[in-house]
Amino acid sequence: MGWTRKDLLTMRDLDAGEIVLLVDTAASLQEIASREIKKVPALRGKTIVNLFYEASTRTRTSFEIAGKWLSADVVNFSASGSSTSKGESFIDTAKNIAAMSPDVVVVRHSSAGAAELLARALPCSIVNAGDGAHEHPTQALLDLLTIREKKGHFDGLHVAIVGDIAHSRVARSNIHGMRKLGMTVTVAGPPTLIPPFVQELGAKVSYRLEDAIPSLREYARYWGLTLDKLGRHARPDVLIMHPGPVNRGIELAPEVADGPYSVILDQVARGVAVRMGVLLLLAGRKGGDGA
Amino acid sequence: MSSPPPRHREKAQVLDETALDRALTRIAHEILEKNGGAKDLAFVGLRTRGVSLAHRLAAKIAQIDGTTLPVGALDITLYRDDLGMRGTPVIRGTDIPFSIKDKTVILVDDVLFTGRTIRAALDAIIDLGRPTAIQLACLIDRGHRELPIRPDYIGKNLPTSRRESVAVRLREHDGEDRVVIEEPEEA
Repeated sequence: MGWTRKDLLTMRDLDAGEIVLLVDTAASLQEIASREIKKVPALRGKTIVNLFYEASTRTRTSFEIAGKWLSADVVNFSASGSSTSKGESFIDTAKNIAAMSPDVVVVRHSSAGAAELLARALPCSIVNAGDGAHEHPTQALLDLLTIREKKGHFDGLHVAIVGDIAHSRVARSNIHGMRKLGMTVTVAGPPTLIPPFVQELGAKVSYRLEDAIPSLREYARYWGLTLDKLGRHARPDVLIMHPGPVNRGIELAPEVADGPYSVILDQVARGVAVRMGVLLLLAGRKGGDGA
Repeated sequence: MSSPPPRHREKAQVLDETALDRALTRIAHEILEKNGGAKDLAFVGLRTRGVSLAHRLAAKIAQIDGTTLPVGALDITLYRDDLGMRGTPVIRGTDIPFSIKDKTVILVDDVLFTGRTIRAALDAIIDLGRPTAIQLACLIDRGHRELPIRPDYIGKNLPTSRRESVAVRLREHDGEDRVVIEEPEEA
């Protein structure tokens, strides 16, 4: 099973074999984080541009560390304080950056399809680091890696994705990935925050509260996860995952976010390995930038 | 863009099971002789077959000397100088669960050819710490070096032509202990 794609844009595009290749590659790269010298020369001489049009802490830092641990040169671009504030269009900025011959551009943008637009326009590899409410494939991959490391397998696992599904690119990417790997997915949340497409993607839907967007207090009461609710409804070996940032006390009670079931910081740690894997496979594909 | 790799047929058997085992026994004795015993030695095998050979050498040294030496596995994919030229890089992971600081590391590989793999392995090991010394053990030295690298322990010197390949088959992976020379089948 080889990697042939120029870009990583969506989980929807990938088949199960490609997803497993990405997860396996990331798993093997994890040991670098525990080394005294956290650097390998694999991407020496490669240039990676982080093109971020939306605020991001975890994802941008994670991609930056991943690139640097692989010895690539990493350049960060953020829309504020750039020519974007002078009115330059997205595609013009991107073409200008591409003219400086980067090998990989990692893009985050508030519009769905932004990454695909760049992938068509630019010769270098594009990684989608989140486009609107569309997809966020590396988050789904690090969730999958975390699940496999904790559970040992994917097959037959049941995942509940709770909250605002309609505006969540993470949920969408995860539903695609998890279904392809044979997991059962149930989405749960207020009906107005559950989009109609989730059933088409093979996820089950659970509504427990009728109608209307709830107030934050109502949300926390009905959908916020507490130790009490977990004790009553979840398996004793449940994993609590969150892509961050956490709305403490609303989505997750602090005892849940910091409790024994939580693997939220494991997810972040594995995010670096996943991004290293993605960068390595994109830049290392045959006839790719490395040739 | 790439044509499928040519099929290979067996041209000659170089080592059978007994000869392979004898070669490893001799290397184990040479390691002990050269280092004046087993003190502060550690094995690091190169993925994949070098790891199995390293475990076998460690078992032999345990038999001869009674010392159990640590064995690690090194994956050099991230240190190669030909990323993007060989297709999808397959990372099998480095697993060296001991400190190599102040150890004499015996690097073990199945076939020594151009020396580029060993160059990458030296860089990879040195990134993990500062060993006292690194020595190289290879089951087969088939010549054609492209870098100034020379093994300390050799199972068998085997002059080959570049179009031939050497296949080391080990019980752990291939169900048999045997070394053969293969050549591409004519189309």
